Amino acid sequence: MLKIWSMKKEQQKAENADSAATGGKKKKVTAAQLRVQKDLSELSLGSTMSTEFPDPDNILSFILYIEPDEGMYKGGRFSFTFNITPSFPHEPPKVQCREKIYHPNIDLEGKVCLNILREDWKPVLNLNAVIVGLQFLFLEPNASDPLNKEAAEDLRNNREGFKRNVRQAMAGGTVRGETYERVLA
Amino acid sequence: MTSDEVYPGSEPARWVYLDRIRTRPGPFTNPDVFDGSAVAKAMESMKVLVIGAGGLGCEILKNLALSGFKDIHVIDMDTIDISNLNRQFLFRQADVGKFKAEVAAAFVEKRVKGVKITPHNCKIQNFDEDFYMQFQLVVCGLDSIEARRWINATLVNMVDEDVEDSYKPLIDGGTEGFKGQARVILPTVTSCIECQLDMHAPRAAVPLCTLASIPRQPEHCIEWAHVIAWDKEKPFPTLDKDDPEHITWLYQKALARAREFNIPGVTYSLTQGVVKNIIPAIAATNSVIAAACCNEALKIASNCAPFLGFPDDNYMMYSGNDSIYTYTFKHERKDDCPVCGQQARPLPNVDPAWTLRELLDSLAERPEAQLKKPSVRAEGKTLYMQSPPGLEAQTRPNLDKTLTELGLVDGQEIAVTDPAFATVTFKFRLRFK
Repeated sequence: MLKIWSMKKEQQKAENADSAATGGKKKKVTAAQLRVQKDLSELSLGSTMSTEFPDPDNILSFILYIEPDEGMYKGGRFSFTFNITPSFPHEPPKVQCREKIYHPNIDLEGKVCLNILREDWKPVLNLNAVIVGLQFLFLEPNASDPLNKEAAEDLRNNREGFKRNVRQAMAGGTVRGETYERVLA
Repeated sequence: MTSDEVYPGSEPARWVYLDRIRTRPGPFTNPDVFDGSAVAKAMESMKVLVIGAGGLGCEILKNLALSGFKDIHVIDMDTIDISNLNRQFLFRQADVGKFKAEVAAAFVEKRVKGVKITPHNCKIQNFDEDFYMQFQLVVCGLDSIEARRWINATLVNMVDEDVEDSYKPLIDGGTEGFKGQARVILPTVTSCIECQLDMHAPRAAVPLCTLASIPRQPEHCIEWAHVIAWDKEKPFPTLDKDDPEHITWLYQKALARAREFNIPGVTYSLTQGVVKNIIPAIAATNSVIAAACCNEALKIASNCAPFLGFPDDNYMMYSGNDSIYTYTFKHERKDDCPVCGQQARPLPNVDPAWTLRELLDSLAERPEAQLKKPSVRAEGKTLYMQSPPGLEAQTRPNLDKTLTELGLVDGQEIAVTDPAFATVTFKFRLRFK
């Protein structure tokens, strides 16, 4: 049988590597956790965003709050659940809006249409890119990529009417027969 | 050359040529490691694990049994589907619905005298390191990248530099239509599956908005049923992609949507294909790749000839798409591989009575670390994070706890990140005084 062990020793000798004994088997930090730890320590949330970790020991699951300070959604407080699978960063984080809101790119179940959360995700992107993308959705809702078709039509055809609808929906009102959650901060 | 007992069709005749390879050195045999008198015996006591009993798995089991391995285990969670029968030749129509591992094991045991094959009808994730430790060699014939990454990470994590038997060579075969690959991984010595992840082209995803608003292809309608309609209506608690009732539900939803948008081409089998991400399998490609894998297994086990994997080439690609092309090369290890790179460095002279703050201060001073704003975690335990602010506040009380109070033990691995060194993650193994 092949002796990998002796090959390894030779390789280490060649590389002059540190081959200190490793001792008993201990749990190793997984690749996904390592990457999330790195992403979190580089996160720049600014004054409009904050995070909440229901279990600080589980950094793969948390809530992001966004309070836009400009644009049509100013004054609202929106929250998103982030669930990161062990395949991160090869798979994008799973992000969902917790409130029922009136937004062309977010459907009534909270699904988000953001290119980097799906087709344009790349492992080089990080959590910062995702939260910046989410923040951008509130500054510049996009009518050409609709998940909520009615909201997209309103935005396209009647921007002022759309703005009014946004205010109404954020206050917990009804738009086109759909009642939305009050999200005013 | 033939003795009295050896005649065509007799059991000994089956092994004559194999034994010639196993007992006599060839022109490329390394005389330092080859011992022809011991190989056959050694192979009899060797335990080999085969993962997957599908298209590649059937070939691999047959090849290993006929290569002189006597103690083989096979894991597969799947049951036999009628569509498998064209290439998974260990199965018959009467076997449809039975477990692949079980039927394959029984078939090969019956046809090759003296081989013992132990089936496990379950997921690889159901077993722990103790189970995998009993094997000397692992051969994979899988169709999922996820399962490959799992077994790869498990085998790399099992490596204990002090224990010779903790190094398990992993031979991985894979096919997709006319293309395939065979590779050998020597955990922590050569590039691992995680290092080679970019060799797999990811499946192209369709924008969610296309699915939701303007589907153009039958696949879009099926993905819509799969991603959006299922979640909305939840006809069953969880989607079982192998349950015909679930697939039928998706098929009907997709069909209705396709009618609405005038899109032809949604069928039950296309639905199954899209949802399960099925790629057409070609029996002969499986044979080519399984043969390459099993020859490497024989060479690794017997040292009868140089094998794929070390020190140079470790990856054989095969493409039959455009005539035939095959190329064998060395895929280099990645130093920053999250699985096999970054072996934790020892951090000696740590006092378990230190507070976490004292440990972090010592990281700032140590010449090998010199960190300014370290964030620290252990597996399943967030010790201290400098950012984001909420998490910092939640973990701040830990700073004044001692390492013992935090449950850290001698030999524990900790991961340290610092935004000042954005490209590196430090892994340390605590060594108590």
